[in-house]
Amino acid sequence: MSGGAKLRVRVDSVTPVNDLIKRFRFVALDGSDLPAFSGGAHTVVEMDDHGTRRLNPYSLMSSPADRSAYEISVRRDDQGRGGSLFMHRHVTPGMEMTLSYPVNLFPLDTRARKHLMIAGGIGITPFLAQIAQLDQFGGRFELHYAARSRVLGAYMDRLTAAHPSQVHCYFDEENQAIDLSRLLATQPIGTHLYVCGPKGMINWVLSSAEAMGWPRLALHHEEFLAPGTGLPFEVQLAASGKTITVGTTQSLLEAMEAAGVDAPYLCRGGACGQCETNVHKCDGKILHRDHWLSPEEHAANAKIMPCVSRFEGKTLVIDR
Amino acid sequence: MLTPVTPTIRSRPVYAPLEPRPGRLHLMVADGEGADALIELLAKANNRSEILSSAHVIYAPGPNGTDRSDVLKALGLRQFFRAPTIPALLPRLVRVLADAHMGTQFYLAGTEGLIGQAEREIMATGFPMGAIQKEHRGSTVRRVQCVHCKGITENVATDPFKCSHCGLNLFVRDHYSRRIAAFQGVNIDAEDPGQVPEPVVRFK
Amino acid sequence: MSLDFKPGAFDFFRDETFRESFTYRNSNPLRFPFPFDRDDYMYSVNMEPHVPGRKGTAFEHILDVDEHYVAEMIDRAKVLADDPLRCQSLPHMTLAGWDLLELIMEAKARDYPQWFSLTKNGNRWHWVNRPLGIEQSFTFLDESTLPYGPFEYITRQTQGDFSLQDERDNDLWMDAGMITSQADWSLDFDIGMSFMEWHAPVPLAHEKGVFDRALKFLLKLQHGAPVRRFNWTMTVNPLLDTAPETYPKWGPTKTTLTQENLGAKQHLRVELQSLYRLPRSNAIAFDIRCYLCSFEQIVTVPKWARRLHRVVRDLPDELAAYKGFLRNRPAMVEWLSKYDDGAPTSPGWWPDD
Ligand code: HEM
Ligand code: FES
Repeated sequence: MSGGAKLRVRVDSVTPVNDLIKRFRFVALDGSDLPAFSGGAHTVVEMDDHGTRRLNPYSLMSSPADRSAYEISVRRDDQGRGGSLFMHRHVTPGMEMTLSYPVNLFPLDTRARKHLMIAGGIGITPFLAQIAQLDQFGGRFELHYAARSRVLGAYMDRLTAAHPSQVHCYFDEENQAIDLSRLLATQPIGTHLYVCGPKGMINWVLSSAEAMGWPRLALHHEEFLAPGTGLPFEVQLAASGKTITVGTTQSLLEAMEAAGVDAPYLCRGGACGQCETNVHKCDGKILHRDHWLSPEEHAANAKIMPCVSRFEGKTLVIDR
Repeated sequence: MLTPVTPTIRSRPVYAPLEPRPGRLHLMVADGEGADALIELLAKANNRSEILSSAHVIYAPGPNGTDRSDVLKALGLRQFFRAPTIPALLPRLVRVLADAHMGTQFYLAGTEGLIGQAEREIMATGFPMGAIQKEHRGSTVRRVQCVHCKGITENVATDPFKCSHCGLNLFVRDHYSRRIAAFQGVNIDAEDPGQVPEPVVRFK
Repeated sequence: MSLDFKPGAFDFFRDETFRESFTYRNSNPLRFPFPFDRDDYMYSVNMEPHVPGRKGTAFEHILDVDEHYVAEMIDRAKVLADDPLRCQSLPHMTLAGWDLLELIMEAKARDYPQWFSLTKNGNRWHWVNRPLGIEQSFTFLDESTLPYGPFEYITRQTQGDFSLQDERDNDLWMDAGMITSQADWSLDFDIGMSFMEWHAPVPLAHEKGVFDRALKFLLKLQHGAPVRRFNWTMTVNPLLDTAPETYPKWGPTKTTLTQENLGAKQHLRVELQSLYRLPRSNAIAFDIRCYLCSFEQIVTVPKWARRLHRVVRDLPDELAAYKGFLRNRPAMVEWLSKYDDGAPTSPGWWPDD
């Protein structure tokens, strides 16, 4: 089955965290325990947005030890395709929803001598669960967390209260920045680095670390891509014999699903590789937006990741 | 030149010439002819003096007696240490690792016994194995673990050979364990006791 | 050797041995998971969802507890007493061990309430294993409350070898194992290896891309959606523990086959392998459940008799050599040929009803 096993849940509470972020708490519909998960895991939330099906991945932020509920935090994106707006405007306590089983594409390397975490804005959420996990099972960590302002620094209070010497906060508005070169120069051998936040921050951290001799295998990041918007385009589905049009705010994967074609997926964010699809014919340009295919594969145009990538041109025929 | 290996079993490590990479400390561990790999590495670097001033070389003569300590010493390294043997070299490496920082580059060169045992100590810190550079040079004698008694025989040259611990006749597989830093030896005459082929020198 | 459990209930469970006297038998050969769904065999990425299957077969429950349970656990205890290195867990795998303990206890208590029970009060758990006479109160996730680490504790009470794979760097690493009924590979040697490294000795499959595809598939394995596959080999005598460690002891038995004793001595060894994503550790558990059936019991099912003859006869030499029966293949084919009349066989592995 595409997307894997599902969980039926009820929205237990919705809590505004600040102007941009709301926290959602889900419990199992039948009152049983939810599956355990590992720090860094995400769940894909299915939304029925007035007839449009939306599936967005969100990191689980609650303690992995707590099976009574899952919590996620959603930042409102007024320019986005509407998933976060739907969560903010229409999801209320008592509503029934469907979640995917947790999947972890951002796990801790548990052999590490130390975990160095760097978060920007809403990128804090996977670290909340990872820190809860390290709290329980032991493991040395240090968190550097940057937010635009004190008001927008979600969960800073609880983090600094619980871990005063391991958590360090920075505010753009107050012209504070992480002293990255000092930080990267002083970590004991065997440290693994994790970064989650805006694209610019991820690139800055990864490229600085590599330039200072950190091996790529010790650097971990997570960035969910929103499918993004674009011009409508037409696709021929060879296996199912259908031709579909992908709308401006729709992904190719969503358009296939809307046409009744059961296509595989897991993360819906270009990260997991599950939706990889062979391209039979491409007369035009595939707008690759995934993290999965290699640059060579992107150039070859023989494969596409329908959860995030789009197309511009005359004909695209894919193997679905 | 890098010692060519033709792996018959894919766990058998393969090696590549050492390449200079950015780093604040260049930790080089070598034995025997491995010294030549370090010298060539430095010759390739366009920041040779920078690397030399942050290089720590830990070296032992090879199992065949090759000793290039004098050449290495003359390079002008920040730090140089010569141990008489690999077992004598390892505690020094462990001590250096205890307070090394990320940004350290690791270069291992020489026999597979040296490379494997040094790699094991580095991996024990949680440092990713894939980021440790290794170049096999010099003697191809092997470190082999007897799968039956678990004893390790050093410098195995012939196949089959007699386990130096339990005395069984073992053939040498290419199956390799990084955790043990050794190839696997399996009893050759288990099914037909006493039928042991003549040993041939496979590793020199 | 003294056992740390008190097997009592031999009413359902057979009192039998996998060594010396070799009294192991299957009461019902039709329960045996015959692995060939066609008349030839080659390596492939043969994986399917691990969901409960036909009643009265090895597939009825996700963890099959059969009449050999108690005898197998006694055999495992003996192997471990002789060689504790057959069970090892690298330090970072403890959480995965708890994951596996939870999976097994919950499944057994759910599927076999007559033998096993698990009661939970928060993290205070109480476990009862009646066939082995074990009762244990402990705190979930607290190692100090169990007599062994969680992984060893539960696998000493569960048929099948188990290994736990940590996922890192887009690869799987075999970082823990309880391996006492293996087809000639060494946990002590392989522990810590990556997917391609521990599979390195397998012939032909690498070239066919089998392992590349299998690894890609496993990296996406999801909690709640386990998968299974078959593997098989041949063993002389119903010997569970064919380890490389003890090869000098059991290797010589390969030379004892005759046309007269082959039907009783030669066993088809089937591994029903299942794979589970573990929730808390994100590791993957690999259950290698070994089933043995003598040739003379297999040929009581006509379809299996014909098919086994053809598979053994036509298997590529590389595979027969790797599986360790190249020298005995001619004798096996000669013996099996008497039960193959050349009639066509139906697809699938089930016996014809
Ligand atoms: C992650 C879990 C797995 C573990 C721990 C595992 C372990 C092993 C080991 C230890 C061997 C013996 C290698 C030797 O000779 O030393 C083996 C053999 C083999 N494995 Fe796996 N394996 C796993 C998953 C798979 C999967 C998913 C496939 C699917 C294609 C596969 C296919 C094979 C094959 C074809 C052999 C050769 C078996 C024979 O002919 O007897 N394995 N495996
Ligand atoms: S669904 Fe994960 S990459 Fe497309």
